[in-house]
Amino acid sequence: MITELASSLGESIERVGDMCRFLVRIVVQLPRSLTRPQLIVDQIYNTGALSLVIIMLSGLFVGMVLGLQGFELLRRFGSEEALGTAAAIGLVKELGPVVTALLFAGRAGTALASEIGLMRATDQLSAMEMMAVDPVRRVVAPRFLGGVITMPLLAAIFSLIGIYGAQLVGVQMMHVDSGSFWSQMQASVDLRDVNEGIVKSGVFGVACSLIAVYEGYHSEPTAEGVGAATTRTVVTSAVVVLFLDYLITAFFLK
Amino acid sequence: MRKSRAMNLGTGLFLLLGFAALFFLTTQTTSHGLSFRSVPHYEVTAKFENIGDLKVGAPVSMAGVQIGRVVNIRFDPRDFKAVVTLRIDDTYNQIPTDSDASIYTQGLLGGQYVGLSPGGSETFLKNHDQIAFTQSALVLENLIGQFLANFNKHSSSSSSGAATGGQPK
Amino acid sequence: MNEYPHIIEVHDVRYSVGGRPIFDGLNMNFTRGRVTAVMGPSGTGKTTLLRLITGQVAADAGSIEVAGTRLSGLSRTQLFDLRRRMGMLFQNGALLTDLSVFENVAFPLREHTRLPERLIRQMVLTKLQAVGLRGAAGLMPGELSGGMSRRVALARAIVMDPQILIYDEPFVGLDPISMGVILRLIRHLNDALGLTSIVVSHDVREISSVADTVFLLSGGKVVAEGTPQELQSVPSEVVKQFVGGLADGPVPFHYPAPDYFDDLLARDGGRPA
Repeated sequence: MITELASSLGESIERVGDMCRFLVRIVVQLPRSLTRPQLIVDQIYNTGALSLVIIMLSGLFVGMVLGLQGFELLRRFGSEEALGTAAAIGLVKELGPVVTALLFAGRAGTALASEIGLMRATDQLSAMEMMAVDPVRRVVAPRFLGGVITMPLLAAIFSLIGIYGAQLVGVQMMHVDSGSFWSQMQASVDLRDVNEGIVKSGVFGVACSLIAVYEGYHSEPTAEGVGAATTRTVVTSAVVVLFLDYLITAFFLK
Repeated sequence: MRKSRAMNLGTGLFLLLGFAALFFLTTQTTSHGLSFRSVPHYEVTAKFENIGDLKVGAPVSMAGVQIGRVVNIRFDPRDFKAVVTLRIDDTYNQIPTDSDASIYTQGLLGGQYVGLSPGGSETFLKNHDQIAFTQSALVLENLIGQFLANFNKHSSSSSSGAATGGQPK
Repeated sequence: MNEYPHIIEVHDVRYSVGGRPIFDGLNMNFTRGRVTAVMGPSGTGKTTLLRLITGQVAADAGSIEVAGTRLSGLSRTQLFDLRRRMGMLFQNGALLTDLSVFENVAFPLREHTRLPERLIRQMVLTKLQAVGLRGAAGLMPGELSGGMSRRVALARAIVMDPQILIYDEPFVGLDPISMGVILRLIRHLNDALGLTSIVVSHDVREISSVADTVFLLSGGKVVAEGTPQELQSVPSEVVKQFVGGLADGPVPFHYPAPDYFDDLLARDGGRPA
């Protein structure tokens, strides 16, 4: 039991190390893949534009729930006007980056992992190798970069829609004063809070994209292998995102 | 090629939307909005005995209407007072010089803001003027302390009575 | 460069995976300008041999020389330079699924050259014409049959004018017509472009009609070598079984198992230890 635990811990550490080495390989190839912007544009479309609907819908609903729950809670203290602040801080600092990252792992991450995994399974990656084209440069690096660019933007859109969702519930349905909703928010949300959110989503973007391309690239070249790789992508991304979220939050608290 | 053009268009729109959202978050949900818009404004200062929980970025309002923001707070070591700089929009340039500034609290637990109540003077506040009449923030602890002191004075000094009587507002 | 009669020399190569030896002292020479077939029962490491020759994996011992260059100790860049002189056809074509047929064939040109679009178009159409699929240039790989995918992949493999063309199991899962087309293309391209072709396969009859030389691998070694006709008359049991397609022989019909009757009589019904 203990030896099993130790060996699985050892494996995890090994995997983290291997991922970091893979990250270095990608970063080395990034400048060369920048010479083909069309490839990156395609990937921003795949990971970003195609995730937009799910991000916006989720943002709206999360914001509305936040509006409702926040209102119920704040009413007990007689300070419903603080709803804007509560919703904005909750979304910008935590829910925006974290929920976006989890949705990203589920929508774009699995798509990336299975796409690259299928390319591995159908020898497309080996074919590139044989044509003297490095698949890390041609396939992996643009996808990674696309994810890294996309994530903060998706998180920002999520937070923005979420704030409007909270406003919808709070102001339109619960009749919190619209002016104090916004002015209280503006008075107490600091640029530092927004920065924290941006930093978080940037870090999550690197982590989720790396995990997705890593799992896809290293998947077993079979149908089961590709399936396992997509599952691992979601699970690993979720755990890593929540762990990093704690670290970054603690860091920003000083 | 048509497909790739549609994709580029979609990507462009996505990027635009994303950056617009980022811009909105940095400017509209925080107090940094005003400095971006750079509405014409002037600045006046006011000295307070105690500013309580007042923060930079807090609203400045008159008759409940926001007319500006707190842009700076510093401590004056000579008279041990807090110097608060208020940035007021140029639209509100007819505030009498003898107006007084008070620090109020929004709601019971809300943030604090500066409220101006007009005086009767014929001259108006200009850039770099100082508001002479100020009233400090109500600090809850002081309030309770005062209340307790009064209570003790008036009641026939039973310490247990003071303790229970101190609880409600 | 013509001073090497053997464009690929495999000398005393040893290679094992997870402690299980695949090759144990493998010696092969591939002659320039010929179609050489590599045959053998499944699991004898034919595909591994291709991976060794193309430098995708490194041998444990021994040496492999391709066009006078030793593979071991090459940097990645040097290896990539060498690979530009090789074309390889994968089992299922391995076309890039997100690119059209035209772009698939143009892929190596776009990656390695800065040729004007007009020239790329000419070169791609020439190669597609050679495999008879110029009309399919606008299709996506998903719309092609298995045989057509392989022909497109063939056009892609020759678009950089390689010296060596490697076919990995080119006949698997093809109908007789497509098979005939591929056979014709192997011979035709080899002679027209002055290539050296290596065909890995276990389709004895098809290979015999196209190959100049045949290597028969078994148990990690070359067990027979010669023209297809010579191979028919080799007195080895392994060769006889493989060439004749016999069910039982040195490669046993039965997977190693405990005694049949003991197994049947085992009472617990579960898998015997």
